[in-house]
Amino acid sequence: MTELATTVWQGLAAAGLGAAEGWGVPPAVPGPMWIGLIPALPLLAVVLCTLCAIFKVKSKLPAWLTVGCLAASFVVTLLMYLNMSGSPMLSTAFTWIDVSWGSERSPRNLHANFGFYIDSLTCLWMLFVTGLATLIALYASEYMSHDVGKGYSRFFAAFSLFVFSMACLVMADNLILLYLGWEGVGLCSYLLIGYFYKKPSAVAAAKKAFIMNRIGDLGLALGIFLIFVKFGTVEYAKLFADGAFKEMLGHAMTGTSESWAKIPWDVKLIPILLMVGAFGKSAQFPLYVWLPDAMEGPTPVSALIHAATMVTAGVFLIARTYAVFQLSPSALTIVAIIGTVTALLAATIGMAQFDIKRIMAYSTVSQLGYMFAGLGVMTSVGACFHVFTHAFFKALLFLACGAVMHGFAGQLDLRKLSGVGKMPGWRIVGITMLVGCLNLAGFPLLAGFWSKDMILAQAFITPGMGLVGWVLLLTAGLTAYYTFRVYFRVFVGPQEHHPGDEAHGHDDHDAHGHGGHGHDDHGHAKADHKHEAHDFHPHPPGWAINLVLVVLAAASFAIIPLTFMGKHGGWVGDMVSHSSAAWSAPGEHHDDHAGHSHAAGDTHSHAGESSRSHDEEKLGTFLGMDPHAVMYYVSGVVGLIGIGVAYRLHLQGRTSAATSRADALLPMLGPIPKWAQNKWYVDEFYHFLFVRPLWVLSHIFHLIDRMLVDGLVNLAGILPRALGATIRPSQSGQLHGYAVAMAGGIGVLLLIVLLVAR
Amino acid sequence: MLASWMLAQSDYPIPMTNLTLGHYLFVAAAMFAIGLIGFLTRRNLIIMFLCTELMFQAAGIALVAFSRYHLNHTGETFVIFVLTVAAAEAAMALALVVLLFRRRESLSAEEWGQMKG
Repeated sequence: MTELATTVWQGLAAAGLGAAEGWGVPPAVPGPMWIGLIPALPLLAVVLCTLCAIFKVKSKLPAWLTVGCLAASFVVTLLMYLNMSGSPMLSTAFTWIDVSWGSERSPRNLHANFGFYIDSLTCLWMLFVTGLATLIALYASEYMSHDVGKGYSRFFAAFSLFVFSMACLVMADNLILLYLGWEGVGLCSYLLIGYFYKKPSAVAAAKKAFIMNRIGDLGLALGIFLIFVKFGTVEYAKLFADGAFKEMLGHAMTGTSESWAKIPWDVKLIPILLMVGAFGKSAQFPLYVWLPDAMEGPTPVSALIHAATMVTAGVFLIARTYAVFQLSPSALTIVAIIGTVTALLAATIGMAQFDIKRIMAYSTVSQLGYMFAGLGVMTSVGACFHVFTHAFFKALLFLACGAVMHGFAGQLDLRKLSGVGKMPGWRIVGITMLVGCLNLAGFPLLAGFWSKDMILAQAFITPGMGLVGWVLLLTAGLTAYYTFRVYFRVFVGPQEHHPGDEAHGHDDHDAHGHGGHGHDDHGHAKADHKHEAHDFHPHPPGWAINLVLVVLAAASFAIIPLTFMGKHGGWVGDMVSHSSAAWSAPGEHHDDHAGHSHAAGDTHSHAGESSRSHDEEKLGTFLGMDPHAVMYYVSGVVGLIGIGVAYRLHLQGRTSAATSRADALLPMLGPIPKWAQNKWYVDEFYHFLFVRPLWVLSHIFHLIDRMLVDGLVNLAGILPRALGATIRPSQSGQLHGYAVAMAGGIGVLLLIVLLVAR
Repeated sequence: MLASWMLAQSDYPIPMTNLTLGHYLFVAAAMFAIGLIGFLTRRNLIIMFLCTELMFQAAGIALVAFSRYHLNHTGETFVIFVLTVAAAEAAMALALVVLLFRRRESLSAEEWGQMKG
């Protein structure tokens, strides 16, 4: 990895960003105040939806309020984008935390504004967060219509709160505010996954997501503490301009073992800790298990939070603090390896699932793995580009699946649906689903293809990451296969459908809420249904769902030209390279700066020069060819092969929904498909390793609590009681008893007096 | 049988002829003992009440005797108060006994065993 950093350093030098000039973030300038409207408008929607909940509004008003506020927020974001200048803007809403302590000689100060750091990375993220949130809120207005007057206001309040938290996270000008947003999205995720709180599985999934995230958050919190301890600030602008920070960055860039030794070990620990936080939020390998379970929430939530925006927070964190990640020789390597492992693992699980929403969830985990791998192999541009394109097509895929789930009474099993795209009223869903699938599969010339390519090519270029590249390439093939497995099984082929278990009752998620009569109806209808399966009529999506699907599909085409805008890496590349995530990956500026390389080399020591030439030989190739040139064809072909296999196995000659040619192949693979279907038993493993011991431990503590603590407390109660029970019989209520006692007492007293008087 | 100091009569102003303090105290003690034994042995509430009166008066005699013996009026004053209180108490106690009798049709103290404290 040392070599990698050196190579990067040379790339930087070639790009004209020498150590003398420091690392290339221009100083921040004050920004306009109205930027604060971006988080403020969703917050207003939260307040309004809460009021709707208090006044028990029985209409779709909360949805329209939310859509309105989010759309306004999107417009403000667009204005912010148009107002961007070269340097990052700082806009402070109010002073949030300002604490001073320590002696006069070494004063310490913790300062964190409720302020916004606006650079192109922020703009990029906020554009798709607010844009997609608006569209998905519109979709949810129809999708959640069963719950109007019940959970409707609650849903949209949590939804808006999520957008507010995400805005805090992305726009924060310091790590404390980022942490606030970070926890906020975690909370909203919990609230929305557990939206159907009467369903035990939803509650369990919500808890799982919250706890899993908590593990990551611990890492993030420790990382922030350590940054403050080492550099004395939590504000990006001050951190990036900090002298000590720049000096250490210089050491890291020099890349020799002596210069690495000049960086204290606890500084090297910072990126590792931040990384743990990112892994938790973005569902990477050890902590990914919460994301597939999060599908218990309503589909718009899955689309917004668990596919398009929240889970990209980890990628954002690493991109925002990309410079910090250079301070450790191993952090980015770990990121790359974990990302790759996650991508492959999730893809294999996704291949064997039958629940289409769950397949999409695993594909999200897998694609997030791609993004992390992209960051790890030093192409923050590729990673952010993939975040951007993925946000659109994954939201599209989820919403299309959600439309199917909505229309077929909760049916998500791909063995029970077929030919949906051909049914009347479902054409738009079918077509937009195809667009989303092609994007995810990396079909040539679509948006998903370009972004995936950029990561793949970079993986082959970056020295020592060849294996990562190969695994990612394999994963690309698997991705294409499982994506089109869903499409070919559910949306094309012979028409067939079996309604899900939510048939005959719109609010089946809280069936317990029914009155006795309603319940009877329910049971009756179910019994009927067994006899006449074809009584059920799927209801095709309405205008709101169709509109959103079409807009998203159109957007996923519209972002294709962005690939070719700008100098390096398209429009997104320009955005990222003007932000704190800017980092020239090796080879990326090869053409641009060939002329400068000599001049840059001259300004550096002889040692630097020699190591540079040494490292240039190490730049990876793809089977001896330039990966940038060749990867387009290779990944395109891999994607087409995946689609072709899915076509052969799941569409050709298929006559019913439940069977396909793949069934015949499965026994040949032995137990592997079963293992994959059971998610490689990772959940069971965690259950065995963590949940079970904790459960046992908690029961032991429960016993201790009951025996020891409760025992002591009860003893304090029992003692006076026992004492009372012993002497109570003396109070017999018999007058003579008292009289005898009194007389005896007098006798004793007399005796004492007589004895003492003597 | 009585200790000699009990019999030592002070000479002034008027000697208590043949009667000594010991005699009074003996009577008082005897009355108290009779009252106490009566209180302990009898079950009739009225009798028991009379016994308490007996003990009262025994104490009164002892007080007056000592008062006379020491030639100050504190004891006598005290006795006046005790008599007053005893009269009031007697009125109340007898009323109580009547009420209790109405409830249980009995004067036995054992009937009131539930007066547990």
